[in-house]
Amino acid sequence: MLEVSGLTTVFDLASGPAAAVDDVSFEVRAGETLGLVGESGSGKSVTALSIMRLVQPPGRIAGGRVRFKGRELLTLSERDIRAIRGAEIALIFQEPMTALNPVFTIGDQIAEALLVHGKATRREAASKVVELLEAVRIPDAAARARDYPHQLSGGMRQRVLIAMAIACKPSLVIADEPTTALDVTIQAEMLDLLREMKAAFNLSLLLITHDLGVIAETADRVAVMYAGRIVEHGPVRAIFRDPQHPYTRGLLRSMPGAADRGRLRAIDGTVPVLGAFPPGCAFHPRCPDRFEPCSTTPPSELRVGDAHAARCYLNDPSQVASRASRGSDHASPTTGRQSRTDGAR
Amino acid sequence: MLWVGASIVTVAALAALVGPLVTPFDPANQQLALRLDGPSWTHLFGLDELGRDILARVLAGARISFLVGITVVSVSAVAGTLLGAVAGYFGGVLDDVISRAVDVLLAFPGLLLAIALVAVLGPSLGNVLFALTIIGWVGYARLVRGQVLRAREFEYVQAARALGAGALRVLWRHVIPTAVPTVVVQAALGMAGAIISEAALSFLGLGVQPPTPSWGTMLNGGRAHLLDAPHLTLFPGLAIALLVLGFNFVGDGLRDLADPKRG
Ligand SMILES: Nc1ncnc2c1ncn2[C@@H]1O[C@H](COP(=O)(O)OP(=O)(O)OP(=O)(O)O)[C@@H](O)[C@H]1O
Ligand code: SF4
Ligand SMILES: [Mg+2]
Repeated sequence: MLEVSGLTTVFDLASGPAAAVDDVSFEVRAGETLGLVGESGSGKSVTALSIMRLVQPPGRIAGGRVRFKGRELLTLSERDIRAIRGAEIALIFQEPMTALNPVFTIGDQIAEALLVHGKATRREAASKVVELLEAVRIPDAAARARDYPHQLSGGMRQRVLIAMAIACKPSLVIADEPTTALDVTIQAEMLDLLREMKAAFNLSLLLITHDLGVIAETADRVAVMYAGRIVEHGPVRAIFRDPQHPYTRGLLRSMPGAADRGRLRAIDGTVPVLGAFPPGCAFHPRCPDRFEPCSTTPPSELRVGDAHAARCYLNDPSQVASRASRGSDHASPTTGRQSRTDGAR
Repeated sequence: MLWVGASIVTVAALAALVGPLVTPFDPANQQLALRLDGPSWTHLFGLDELGRDILARVLAGARISFLVGITVVSVSAVAGTLLGAVAGYFGGVLDDVISRAVDVLLAFPGLLLAIALVAVLGPSLGNVLFALTIIGWVGYARLVRGQVLRAREFEYVQAARALGAGALRVLWRHVIPTAVPTVVVQAALGMAGAIISEAALSFLGLGVQPPTPSWGTMLNGGRAHLLDAPHLTLFPGLAIALLVLGFNFVGDGLRDLADPKRG
């Protein structure tokens, strides 16, 4: 369905070009949900915008391929990519308040999705809008269509965004943190609704979030992103049971209700800002398991299991062996990790 | 302040509209025997150096002021908004060309440029309108460009693009409307500016040509009689001051409404 390979998007900052998305590859298969996780600033939204070719200056797509249903999106003409936006690939934005124009009724805005692609005449649009609002379970749909965004609650607005996204029956929906701005109970409703829409409309879903809990409930496979790179990807089960990248393990530990006897531990330090990514493995300043090679050359992606790969020297037997032979004070990576997990901070 | 301004402007507009129809005197009719006569019950504002009724001329001049203001402001506002929107939204070469033109025009004091233009083109109402529009669009273009740069980042603008909407649709439906409050404020202030500029040009003999009455030409006529017949200067002068004040009040009042923080 969607194959992203080597995607690189740079921002031309005053200090020079900086890659917010760096050689990113992943795949969303027909009918599946791929979760893209990472802390704020890791490049998730820029990845989504790049797929849709919506990156604006000073950003630009510097390389890579985005194949969607056999077509290369990065080389399409502006007119052809526009025909795909909204109609074949829909994007749901993060903030249900600001993603709707305050000066138009929601009916008007859902109709726009249909009119842009000629999926309805102005006259037909009105009744289709009501159908869509009913499909996303908005009560009293005909009346709500005449409301302005500020008259609706956050959850209702998010439903409106979902209605807009499915209006043209796309085959892929990219949902960028669709639940972040909502409170917990509404988050759960929204995920249910997304799952339901996915089944009803036979969608593939690229679900972007910083919340592994959302991934656990919704996704089939996961890609973990850090500082513009995919650092680990694999089936949800494998990622949760047997994470191979220290960053993924950190994210899992910081999940509420994590296995670690209820103790909540955020990863030390902060995501580096664009333009100041550390050399080598960009995670090394925060990594509890770092060793010699980490700060010089970025690790390449290594297969660690069935359809499961990670970018970390701990999975590179030659590096780990040389570390052991040098008699480093770290024990094997696995025990090293455990001692850190259990030990006092 | 808004209401004071709006009242002044409304009264002035009504006066310009119906005044010339109800005054018994023709603004061009000369009663040389009564030249320079001061205000009286028949001639409320008195008579000018050629014995013409000043009230009738102030009312007729108001029509010229409104004509100039409305024409210059509407053409500059539309042209400036479109050019500023295009420059801000598309960037690149278009932006470079438009922004350089704005910079160059802003580098000159507007009125001097208008004087130079009209001096070259020849004095006439048409050339005044042309010259004031040439310097007028720049302000709108600069403001709208800035607003569009901001609005381009709004999530709902991005969302419209993600829906597959084309650039023109996005601009027209989602981006330009966000600039409307700014443009309306600028238009009210622009009315004041255009009215004062027309008066200045006409005062210098570069604007509306006699016998058409304009507040600027009337001031010029009164110049020689400032001491013996100050009413020649007083009434058109007051008219200019009041109307300009009115539009400035409206502009400032609207700005406070649109952006209470800036005060
Ligand atoms: N227009 C821009 N100009 C400069 N840098 C940008 C721009 N947009 C994004 N970035 C930078 O690119 C990096 C990735 O940003 P992105 O928005 O993709 O993060 P994210 O993973 O979506 O985070 P969040 O969870 O906060 O949405 C960040 O460092 C951000 O500062
Ligand atoms: S490569 Fe090194 S620094 Fe990076 S995650 Fe692996 S161990 Fe940590
Ligand atoms: Mg984001």
